[in-house]
Amino acid sequence: MRSSVKGRGTSGLGQLIIPLVALALLVLFNLFRDPSFFSISMATNNAGNPVLSGNLISIIDSASELAIISMGMTLVTASCGGQDISVGAVGAIAGAIFVKVVLGFASINVGVVILGILACCVVTILFKMFNGTLVAVFRIQPMIATLILYSCGRSIAYWINGDATPQINSPIISAMGMTIPGIPVPTPIFAVVLVGLLLALIFRLTNTRLYSQTVGINQGAARLNGINPVATKLLSFGLLGICVAIAAVIGVARLGNLSHKTILVDIEMDAILAVAIGGNNLGGGRFRLSGSILGAYIIQMLTTTLYAMNVATVNVKAYKAIVIIVIVVAGSPVVKARLTALWNRLRSGSAGTAGKEVA
Amino acid sequence: MQNDVVLTMRGICKQFPGTRALNNVDFTLRKGEIHALMGENGAGKSTLIKVLTGVYEKDGGSIHVDGSEKEAHIRSPQDAQKIGISTVYQEITLCPNLTVAENMFIGRTGDRIVHWKEYEKKTAEILNSLGIPARPRQELSRCSLAVQQMVAIARAVDMQCKVLILDEPTSSLDEKEVEMLFGLMRDLKRRGVGIIFVTHFLEQVYAVSDRITVLRNGELVGEYVVQDLPQVELVAKMMGKDLNDLADLEEVGRKSLSGSEVVYQAQGLSSTESRPFDFMIHQGEVNGFTGLLGSGRSESVRAIFGADRVTGGKVMVHGKPVRISKPYDAMKASIGYLPEDRKRDGIIADLSVRDNIILALQVMKGFFHPMSRSQMEQFADEYIKALQIKTASQDTPIGSLSGGNQQKVILARWLLTHPDFLILDEPTRGIDVGTKLEIQKLVLQLAEEQHMSVTFISSEIEEMLRVCSRLIVMRDRKIVGELTGSDLNQATVMKTIAGGEQ
Amino acid sequence: MSVLKSSGSVRRREPLTDAQLLMTISICIFVFMYAAAMLFLGGGFLKTQQLFDLLNDNAALIIISCALTIVMIGGGINISVGGVIGLTVMACALFLNTQGDGGPLSILLTFLLALGIGLLFGIGQGALISYLEIQPFIVTLAGMFLSRGLTTILSVNPVKVAHESFTELVKTKLQIPFLGYTAKNGNLIPAKLEIGAIVAVLIVLLVYLMLRYTRLGRNIYAIGGNQASALTLGINVKRTRFLSYVLSGLLSGLAGFVFLMHKPAGNASVAMRSEMDAIAASIIGGTLLTGGVGNVIGTFFGAMILATIQKIIALSPLNDSWWQEMANGAMLGLFIMLQSVVLSRRGKGRLTLPSWLKFRKE
Repeated sequence: MRSSVKGRGTSGLGQLIIPLVALALLVLFNLFRDPSFFSISMATNNAGNPVLSGNLISIIDSASELAIISMGMTLVTASCGGQDISVGAVGAIAGAIFVKVVLGFASINVGVVILGILACCVVTILFKMFNGTLVAVFRIQPMIATLILYSCGRSIAYWINGDATPQINSPIISAMGMTIPGIPVPTPIFAVVLVGLLLALIFRLTNTRLYSQTVGINQGAARLNGINPVATKLLSFGLLGICVAIAAVIGVARLGNLSHKTILVDIEMDAILAVAIGGNNLGGGRFRLSGSILGAYIIQMLTTTLYAMNVATVNVKAYKAIVIIVIVVAGSPVVKARLTALWNRLRSGSAGTAGKEVA
Repeated sequence: MQNDVVLTMRGICKQFPGTRALNNVDFTLRKGEIHALMGENGAGKSTLIKVLTGVYEKDGGSIHVDGSEKEAHIRSPQDAQKIGISTVYQEITLCPNLTVAENMFIGRTGDRIVHWKEYEKKTAEILNSLGIPARPRQELSRCSLAVQQMVAIARAVDMQCKVLILDEPTSSLDEKEVEMLFGLMRDLKRRGVGIIFVTHFLEQVYAVSDRITVLRNGELVGEYVVQDLPQVELVAKMMGKDLNDLADLEEVGRKSLSGSEVVYQAQGLSSTESRPFDFMIHQGEVNGFTGLLGSGRSESVRAIFGADRVTGGKVMVHGKPVRISKPYDAMKASIGYLPEDRKRDGIIADLSVRDNIILALQVMKGFFHPMSRSQMEQFADEYIKALQIKTASQDTPIGSLSGGNQQKVILARWLLTHPDFLILDEPTRGIDVGTKLEIQKLVLQLAEEQHMSVTFISSEIEEMLRVCSRLIVMRDRKIVGELTGSDLNQATVMKTIAGGEQ
Repeated sequence: MSVLKSSGSVRRREPLTDAQLLMTISICIFVFMYAAAMLFLGGGFLKTQQLFDLLNDNAALIIISCALTIVMIGGGINISVGGVIGLTVMACALFLNTQGDGGPLSILLTFLLALGIGLLFGIGQGALISYLEIQPFIVTLAGMFLSRGLTTILSVNPVKVAHESFTELVKTKLQIPFLGYTAKNGNLIPAKLEIGAIVAVLIVLLVYLMLRYTRLGRNIYAIGGNQASALTLGINVKRTRFLSYVLSGLLSGLAGFVFLMHKPAGNASVAMRSEMDAIAASIIGGTLLTGGVGNVIGTFFGAMILATIQKIIALSPLNDSWWQEMANGAMLGLFIMLQSVVLSRRGKGRLTLPSWLKFRKE
């Protein structure tokens, strides 16, 4: 799956131009369509607490899981040159574990929830280590290696909790999924910020970025410079595991129940898209987390826009596909080269010089 | 005489944004001639070849093929092939997953259906007539590199090429394989094929070529008959300056340091790729492993650095026993290693020059101790200046630098770690003569001024003699001799390498 | 360096290539698995009909697996095949229902519609991937979204085909009496093979011949083996890649029609996730995602292995969809490990296995 795009023009801030333009166009489109689209108001939720409401809030809120998983996906992509397509399925397992742990206690308090989250993290990291081992030690392409859990992960989730759709009714859980009383901003948004800060801190305090980029670009050379490629890849899978666990907990908390079939469904595809839309090279190497986060919000804004236009939920995919194609076409190296050439010709043409010979 | 000419290029010009890559260059190739195209990196050799093969479009000048009055228009490699110009590149450009026969015929027959039997029969004939040791139904990936190269040449020959371009064909072959290739080249010459031979190896030019065309800075220096141009003069013409630099070097080297401290010592060291051997180096000493490619010289230094899996042996660093089983251990023991294959093992192509320079030091500082940005910039700056690395900025991806400058960056990476013991495997391969001399000088300087111990490997014996004060000679993966002092001359080295066979 | 006498050695048997080895392994495992099922589960597995049913039920899967093998050999990937099946089935079902009681002509038109949808997807995706150099995963992912979305735009509710001639066609089966069995009441029940199964087997043979004996087929291998080399060898890389996607699109459309002949109803979840089964079938059959290596006969057996597991589990006490999925996952894992081990042991000394998994050398 290595494309010829590898290593071209994906460095620096330049890679953010296309996603930023796409985002701007989406915003403009919405403003043009309905000037009140972005209005934010203060409302009161069922529990009588004040919350911010509006499309913008709902976009940022509902993109949370995607944004979190996209960050982890970016790391795996960078160091392994491939994508993990089992994040949704492993997310379902994580959700099942969370529910199992939390419901195992008579009363749900903060300690229990933290224990649940920790258990969740441990399990997802273990599953991601399985993927990571296949990829790093056995040198199996990530997409193939993760196909295993992709195809049986949700069954494992089902098996953990039996036939039911377990419900969790607890103010703590709903505070995590929706809003904390007194704070009008939805909690999942804080989770994104938290994960983002955590990763930023990791990048600051460790060489994760340098190592994973080096391993992704040239594994052999990385080893000869003292880097352990296996450990580096496992590390990126481990970080992805934490991201998946947090996303899964948000997913469960948002609904107050677990449905192993629908939790985080198809999120792997959206996450890979987010990475690609963010201008990151799916073949590995240099990366920008900000690009992937931007990609996640673009995807969500697109979805919300379509909902706002009264497109049925099941049909959204078709329109989404078209917009995605437009974005990737605009970002394609061939189109870029053509546009640059055209721009140069226009400029030299207007300057009246002999631009033809150069072309 | 004029009828013998198969290719004339007149007044070829090619401009790139910012540089004039070719300026009014002439080139003439005669029938049945091996014509070496020489020049430093950036002299315009590869641009000229690319113009000829249609990869680049020329800005000016004319190309005539086979004495025809009509100008040849070459816009793509396919066009070039059609009029009889074939190229065999340094990297194998065949498909490893196909059979030899398929590689001979794919992409050039009009048939919609593959006639396997027919292709295999024809291939067997061609391979036979050229004496290439391969079987038509063999998967290409199962042939040695030399044979793969020869299959590529056979394909070109079978396409009735009049002009065969060999671009650095020998850089990954050992001596025997090079001889085989030369045999094939001479055979083709007899058949009247004109061969353009691009290489960095001076000896090979003199072994096989009839004429030499030298380019420098995109301009033609001249065309010479081989017998009329001594090697030293050729180098001078390529570099455009006197060879005083060479003379300087001659005086510096050759110092025995057997009295000083032993920095590194190995006994019975072996790895999955190398047989057990003993080795030691003194402080400030420059020694070298020599031998033919495949003699085990690279494998030995890889074992020292822990690049292959170490299987046994005792290692002492500064007199203390240490265990080196992976590169990181070696780095901790203050050993640096510049690998043989720069592209594959050395550079991190997409990363910036700065990241490439600080990489090894950063790894040594540890995973939890990243350097600050300003510190990185300072280090990078220092070494870009010290080694005169030509790069647009620190942020330029190393992949876009020239070969010589990439090598300097890798060298900078290891110098930055201030190793006690630095291993340089083929540091001067595939880079221009000027940079070569700079690197040789630097090695001697490091040993002299910083008392660094250096182990040097090169395919060019003269280079080895110039920098090393002790040579360890290897043959068939065993150490067969150690030369010092007055034994350090070409004749003795050759005799030791060749051993009892001669 | 081995210097061999090259004279007259054309006929010499070459060692198995990687693809042949992996294919042989998957054929052996299929035979072994089927034999084990016959021994331990008995019953249906002793009848030829069981084998035929595997083909009948999985005809569409076999066809899209061929489609996947083609693009994977070319070094690409196509995850839109399942979506295209879904869209084709829905579109054809709706179209048939507008045709009243039309005769064979309307069936022919439906067939052309199916191929047309597949072709359009193939051309669109192929153009984006080969001429605009966009990553195939992203393009075909968009293709998957588009086809699934269009399916529900056509109809959210299931659509049952009520076209008489077509229902007739669905019921048409090739009856082979001598492979049949005698029922308890003494009647001979012939073995039945559906048209779709026959089409699927034909497609496997055709694709095999195409890959082995046509210029296009060999060019696909070449671009998968080494794209840059293929270019210098004078192969039109872009066109070859484009055609490989067009072919896979066309085959997906055909698979859609075959699916409809097996189950004449459109539904938003038709062939859901079948692209992953098709990828799994290709991998089990010995196709490498890296490109250049693969064989469609192996793919056929890969698909049959998946089908047999499904059947075995359906007949065993563990008959539940989650056991199904877990078994699929386990099987895939087993094959992936097996391939990794096989290829690394054949490899040229490059370390692909940890030392503790390597057999000690004397």
